[in-house]
Amino acid sequence: MSRIWAVATVVIKELYRRKDFYVLFVLTALLTLGALSVNFFDDPKIIRYVKDICLLLIWLSTLIIAIVTTARQIPAEKEDRTIFPLLAKPVSRGQVIAGKFLGCWLASGLALLVFYIFFVAVTGLREPHLMWGAYLKSMFLHWMMLAMVVGLTLLGSVIFTAVSANVTICLIAIFGILVVGEHLAKIAVRQAEPVRTITYTLFYCLPHLELFDVRAQVVNNQPLPGWLDCGLASLYAAAYTGVLLYAAWLLFRRRSLST
Amino acid sequence: MNEILQVENLRVEYPGGRLRQPAKIALHGLNLQVTQGEVFGFLGPNGAGKTTTMNVLLGFIPPTSGSAALFGIDVRQPIARQRIGYLPELTYYYKFLTAEELLRFYAKLFGLSRAETDLRIKKLMALVELEHAASRPIKSYSKGMRQRVGLAQALINNPDLLILDEPTSGLDPLGRMKVREIIQRLKDEGKTVFFSSHEMGEVETVCDHVAILHQGELKAAGVVADLVTQYRADNLEQVFLKIVGYQPQEVA
Repeated sequence: MSRIWAVATVVIKELYRRKDFYVLFVLTALLTLGALSVNFFDDPKIIRYVKDICLLLIWLSTLIIAIVTTARQIPAEKEDRTIFPLLAKPVSRGQVIAGKFLGCWLASGLALLVFYIFFVAVTGLREPHLMWGAYLKSMFLHWMMLAMVVGLTLLGSVIFTAVSANVTICLIAIFGILVVGEHLAKIAVRQAEPVRTITYTLFYCLPHLELFDVRAQVVNNQPLPGWLDCGLASLYAAAYTGVLLYAAWLLFRRRSLST
Repeated sequence: MNEILQVENLRVEYPGGRLRQPAKIALHGLNLQVTQGEVFGFLGPNGAGKTTTMNVLLGFIPPTSGSAALFGIDVRQPIARQRIGYLPELTYYYKFLTAEELLRFYAKLFGLSRAETDLRIKKLMALVELEHAASRPIKSYSKGMRQRVGLAQALINNPDLLILDEPTSGLDPLGRMKVREIIQRLKDEGKTVFFSSHEMGEVETVCDHVAILHQGELKAAGVVADLVTQYRADNLEQVFLKIVGYQPQEVA
């Protein structure tokens, strides 16, 4: 476990020493504060729109951070040749994959925490009663969703040799799943065979990231799923992530790496 | 004799690719033994299979057939690398880390305690003369400084076997001398050093045994002086040139 943790800490250090996170945070902060400062038509419910914008930006930013950070892990190690001194140590390829996953997931989680602290601070300016429980659940579900995103992107980083290819494909795939994923069953009904079967297969095989999106409930102050449901969702995320990491390890364990 | 490194009938084939090109045989049944305390020079022209052998020893590529072991442990097991240090020919390390952080990271991978790590880092930074730059990011280092960080990371676990892939290539004369001194020091401490090089003079100076590889086959192995006598040559370079079949051409 100490070796996995050692690999993970390097990934976390990389995130906070690169500029990506700070740029996205400043952009989110500026846009949210800009929205907060303008009160169209003197609407007392302006905070809802601000929350909506802020949460959307947090979703976009954390997805980009998670994908960009994870996508470069294995390809950049190969490109920069840092993989060789690393694998020349008594560390297995499975431990490298596990460490990379843990590092990327924790790094994304840290970024998410910073964004949520900002979100709570912004909503605290306009809302007298903060929904701490709802915010906590929302952040927790979001972090669980990021585990699947990191797992999928790490699998991509083992398959694709170029960072840019992996980033592009993962961004398209994940935003595609988020936007279309839940509608695939409805689309399948209207299709003829064999497209129907293919669409249904995709519906059941793809991870349903949208299940973890509770932004609408947070924005409209509606009740969120209970902690038991959150726990079940975590199990769903853990199962998917496990399968993705296992596939990444299967591909990486026998891969030839010539110096 | 205590064999530290053992290679038996090692064969490595690289697949021909999608265009049905024939597979490239990088190593044809290589046999090699390195015993404790030896400084072993691994020689051969470019493409002879030296790097492929090192890649197998370090677990970077799997052998097509045959076996390789370090300290009696199959190289495919990560634990086989617990007592080795490796310096690649081209040294690239995480540029966003400082040299101290890098060494600390590698020490964790070897499972060293915090106290031991602190002690090793202090000693190694002094050895490679980088104490003044230990807390600077590696991206700000010159090529020579990076090579020295590479040497420090290869020694972080106080290895019993040091594998060096052309350790002096690209170094200035001062850097080369430093590496030679370190190899000599390790030899005096009873450590085993396995290194590839194109510098015949250097190999002749520091090595007890050498092996010469050509086109994936072991052509000669033994004590330098014995090989020089056997091939009726004046020095190791002439032995090497005879083995690889070099014919001097007259300049028109």
